[in-house]
Amino acid sequence: MKFKRKFLAIPYVIFLVGFVIIPVLFIFYYAFTNKAGQFSFENVEKFFSDETNINVLLISLVYAIFNTLICLLLGYPIAYILANKKYNRSPILYMLFIMPTWINFVIRTSATRDLLNWIGISTGSMSSITTMIGLVYNYLPFVILPLYTTMLKIDTYQLEASYDLGANKSTTLFKVLIPMTLPGIISAATMVFMPTLSSYVISDILSEFNVVLFGSYIDLYFNQANWNFGSFMAFIMLCLILVSVLISRKSEKGNEGGSVL
Amino acid sequence: MKKENIISKIFAKIFLYTMLLLMFLPVLTLIFFSFTETEILGEWDGFSFGLYSDLFNNESLMKAIFNTLLIAFVSAIVSTILGTLGAIGVFYSRKKAKKSIETMTQLPVVNAEIVMALSLAIVFSTLNLSYSFITLLIGHVVLTVAFVYLNVKPKLVQLDPNTYEAALDLGSSSFGALCKVIIPEISSGIISGFIISITLSLDDFVITQYLKEPSFETISTYIQKIVVKHPIPPEVRALTSLIFVVVMIGVILVTIYNNSLANKNNGGKK
Repeated sequence: MKFKRKFLAIPYVIFLVGFVIIPVLFIFYYAFTNKAGQFSFENVEKFFSDETNINVLLISLVYAIFNTLICLLLGYPIAYILANKKYNRSPILYMLFIMPTWINFVIRTSATRDLLNWIGISTGSMSSITTMIGLVYNYLPFVILPLYTTMLKIDTYQLEASYDLGANKSTTLFKVLIPMTLPGIISAATMVFMPTLSSYVISDILSEFNVVLFGSYIDLYFNQANWNFGSFMAFIMLCLILVSVLISRKSEKGNEGGSVL
Repeated sequence: MKKENIISKIFAKIFLYTMLLLMFLPVLTLIFFSFTETEILGEWDGFSFGLYSDLFNNESLMKAIFNTLLIAFVSAIVSTILGTLGAIGVFYSRKKAKKSIETMTQLPVVNAEIVMALSLAIVFSTLNLSYSFITLLIGHVVLTVAFVYLNVKPKLVQLDPNTYEAALDLGSSSFGALCKVIIPEISSGIISGFIISITLSLDDFVITQYLKEPSFETISTYIQKIVVKHPIPPEVRALTSLIFVVVMIGVILVTIYNNSLANKNNGGKK
């Protein structure tokens, strides 16, 4: 058979099908069967009939929303200043903001905990605050990255035009800058929101297991060898991911996102 | 107007450096206390390099560091080969195949790590495969391969399609043309895919935890096991300093590389 360039994709496709697609199908299978392997909605009922499950999901959503908002509120001005030639001309400063992501995250997270405990913010009694701090610490660079790349592309003359036409600072911010950087805001939000929901190491370490996020919960059931119920929760997770992808797709058209190099 | 400008500049600078300091505070604290031999963070017991020799004498931690680097390099190499060939192959495939493969590629990018880890663990258990370096490798490649693909693809789009045909016309075999014409042109995408793979793999905890064999520890799993119950072990403070220095060198190199790239581009335009 003659060599064709498209054949090069065969190992890649086999790998994706075998280790990405088929495993997800396994999740679907276990989510909608019972222990005996028969098709059933047992897990659906079990999940929605127990208030604890719903609460864990809701609490995780609240943490994810707050984490996204705080990261955006901090990250937006940072990215703006970094990308604005008037304030900053050195690319190394941007790299420094991204740099924490290259230091092992278990070390960073436990360092944050030990530091907080040292200065008297106890992870035992102020678990929700310390968890929030840990989440923001971990995800802030992921917000700065896409926001910075979007900000670099914007036309700063439009901001000046807005001032020249008599708009004040807040009008320019809300009517010009934010709409112009919306794709960056949305990709930043998706980089924080879903991962927060499914993260578990951060909340485990920073709350001494007082705050249980959805990721921890899945982990817990899976470790108890309850695959069916664990899979159903993973299925919920997949549905939420799908929704967030569809939302970001809709508004992200034309935005390429950021990369390190 | 001028005065207002200066004030806003000063505010911007103060804000930026305060945020930077806050972000680095936990790590900097660890580094500061890596030069004293106290058990608990926050106590100073005289300057010493003791923790650094403790670090190199801690066999299980050294083994974990070695394992972390091993899995990062092996998985990055596998991902880079698989992802690069995948990107080239898909790029020259028919539209329909292209579209479905691109959708598949998105899945590991957006998927939650715990879902990927759990789904692979279920598959391996169903197949009665015991966890080994291979299962861990598969997990890390799943985590990283799509990022190689996504870094290589834009370079293929920029490629001049005629160069490959020209190489064939000049008597090159298709394989030769691939190695000598296409690969060099997309090398920057391959390199950044490789680097992203390494950083993702080095930092990984969830997939590693699920798919490793029980005795195999990486930095993440080794430290996590300790810190869920205890403060950070003192030697890890020394390790953090070393990681910080390595990463700092990496940051400087990347900045220099980006600068030279930018200069080259500007030079080309002029």
